[in-house]
Amino acid sequence: MLTLAHFLTLGAILFSLSVAGIFINRKNIIILLMCIELMLLAVNMNFVAFSRFLGNLDGQIFVFFILTVAAAEAGIGLAILVVLFRNRQTINVAELDDLKG
Amino acid sequence: MSLQTTALLIVLAPLGGAVLAGFFRNQIGRVGSHTVAILGVALSFALSTWILIQQIEGTLDTVNITVYTWMVVDGIRFQIGFLIDHLTTLMMCTVSFISLMVHIYTIGYMQDDPGYQRFFSYIALFTFSMLMLVMSNNFLQLFFGWEAVGLVSYLLIGFWFNRDSATAAGLKAFLVNRVGDFGFLLGIAAVLLTFGTLDYVEVFGQASSVVDQTISIPGGIEWNMLTFICVCLFIGAMGKSAQAPLHVWLPDSMEGPTPISALIHAATMVTAGIFMVARMSPLFELSDAALSFVMLIGAVTALSMGLIGIVQNDIKRVIAYSTLSQLGYMTVALGVSAYSAAIFHLMTHAFFKALLFLAAGSVIIALHHQQDMRYMGGLRKYMPITWLTAWAGTLALIGFPFFAGFYSKDAIIEAVANSHRWGSDFAYFAVVAGVLITAIYSFRLLYMTFHGKERFEVVHDSGEDDHLPDGQLAHAPKESPLVVTIPLILLAIPSIFIGWMTIEPVLFGGWLEDSIFVLDKNNVLAELGEHFHGATAMATHAVSTLPFWLMITGFALATLIYMFRPSIADTIRSRMPFLYRLLDNKYYFDEFYQKYFAQGSVGLGRNLWNKVDTGIIDNGIVNGSARVVEWVAARVRRWQTGFLYDYAFAMIIGLIVILAVWVAMVP
Repeated sequence: MLTLAHFLTLGAILFSLSVAGIFINRKNIIILLMCIELMLLAVNMNFVAFSRFLGNLDGQIFVFFILTVAAAEAGIGLAILVVLFRNRQTINVAELDDLKG
Repeated sequence: MSLQTTALLIVLAPLGGAVLAGFFRNQIGRVGSHTVAILGVALSFALSTWILIQQIEGTLDTVNITVYTWMVVDGIRFQIGFLIDHLTTLMMCTVSFISLMVHIYTIGYMQDDPGYQRFFSYIALFTFSMLMLVMSNNFLQLFFGWEAVGLVSYLLIGFWFNRDSATAAGLKAFLVNRVGDFGFLLGIAAVLLTFGTLDYVEVFGQASSVVDQTISIPGGIEWNMLTFICVCLFIGAMGKSAQAPLHVWLPDSMEGPTPISALIHAATMVTAGIFMVARMSPLFELSDAALSFVMLIGAVTALSMGLIGIVQNDIKRVIAYSTLSQLGYMTVALGVSAYSAAIFHLMTHAFFKALLFLAAGSVIIALHHQQDMRYMGGLRKYMPITWLTAWAGTLALIGFPFFAGFYSKDAIIEAVANSHRWGSDFAYFAVVAGVLITAIYSFRLLYMTFHGKERFEVVHDSGEDDHLPDGQLAHAPKESPLVVTIPLILLAIPSIFIGWMTIEPVLFGGWLEDSIFVLDKNNVLAELGEHFHGATAMATHAVSTLPFWLMITGFALATLIYMFRPSIADTIRSRMPFLYRLLDNKYYFDEFYQKYFAQGSVGLGRNLWNKVDTGIIDNGIVNGSARVVEWVAARVRRWQTGFLYDYAFAMIIGLIVILAVWVAMVP
């Protein structure tokens, strides 16, 4: 029998994976973007689980909003990435340190 | 014409002249500016004389009017007012008369000077300031006049401002006077503290009720309040009247043009201190300690400054040291409570010292601005009027019987002899020895300038006066023009007669009785009055007194040395090199001040600059705070790696911390 705890655990695992992906990944900025998407999906999972188990549709409506925003964000992120690559000929995170003090 | 209008006109006429001559100098030109200045001062003199005549006739009582109230703060009134009594009138007439003479003389003396109009503006402004000072009826206005004459003195000493020595001398006069004025201001503050008012009449009325009041001065000493007030006020007088040790500015002030040496540094401004002490006699009388102090300072000045006069070679400096010595006499007279004698000597001295200065100026014109007596001599046949008037002034200065100075100086000497004040023996010695010294330096000046061989030569091959070496002249000296000689003659007349004419009313006839307060136990002049049988008798009696014979001795010595045997002077100089050096260097006062006060303040300033400003403020506070920021930033910047994952990590850690705090805070 699947309970709420299973879904919340899955969300937490997904979230932790994406956080770890952000820290551990030192190479590819695309993976970074994917990790952020994954983070949003983990949140979505929680929303859907709560919506299902509490019998309230609000959570599922939120999920649609978040998916929209995530799509837009991915679009902008990839666009920035293209410009960045044109200027720098690299998308290696370790080389993008212009903000270094 | 009401009296208030008259009084206002007396002070404002010279001010008007000064403003016109100063601000509109280009519009009204040279003639216009000297005309307005002279008219202003002449009007003052005429109105002062008019008041004097009314007072002599007895139709005018003491006038005390307030013209304008500036402000009232906590019951203390600050106002402009005039107190016109016999003392004031005497001063007004003396000041305005001498100022008028000097104005006229200036036309001749300054005729080639580009600053002609400016000069007239200044001296008219000076007359205004001095009249404000003497006519004041409260301490505030007295202080205003006091500072104003100091300012004009500064402007006039540094009149030739493109000469370094003149600007330095002006600065010196201003700074030394600041020292005195500081004491003066303290004195006025103490008066305000004690009496709660600045009005003369109210202060003097309450004076006897505060005799026992004391003040704590640093060191935990309780000092009599009146003594404190009087000593502070007298420190102001020491600055303005150039008493030792604040005398150093006066000889240097000879850098200014000669007319102002006569007007300011002999006849009027330097007498402000004497006048002030006489005016404050109701306060000074109540403090024996302060009077002793006054007397001793005066005695030291009278003796020591006269001695310096003997070794000086600059004609104006000799007269300047003579002025210091004579001011010392006046101060001694104040110290023995013979205020009237001090005022009397002030008046006679004003006439003959102005005369001597103007005569010296006349000589300086004739010799194309040569002031060194070693390059003079034998001038009497070139400039007979100057010579004769200089003789009159000299005889008056040394106190030859029947001349003005005789009466005033003899009265002072006798008053000191009769005084029982602590230290009066020393003061008596000082003033009597001063007579001998006065005679020596006066005749030395007269002989070196007008008699003996000519120590200059006339060279015709050059038209340039200014570039000839000392002792050479482009033209033979000639008598000065009428605008110069007429003031000399007009000043010579009172130098001869004023003492004989006025000794009886001023000293013994009670002319100053209303203005000056003397306790019975101190009243030395009353004792003298008992033996006074008229001015003529006093002069004939002088033959049997010590000062007369000392004066004759001085005359004889000076005649022997400077007329017949100049080698004696050289012998004395080489026999006593120490004494000569001491006198020639003016007792090393200048060096002392230079070393300790001037260098001291320069050193202090340098230390403040190096250590406090550069060290603490610049390096410590300003650059220090910058360095702290730099140091902190150097460590903090390491956190700014520039890597995206670090920022994301920081954001997540921050989010977790905020969530943790929020969860912990929700009950």
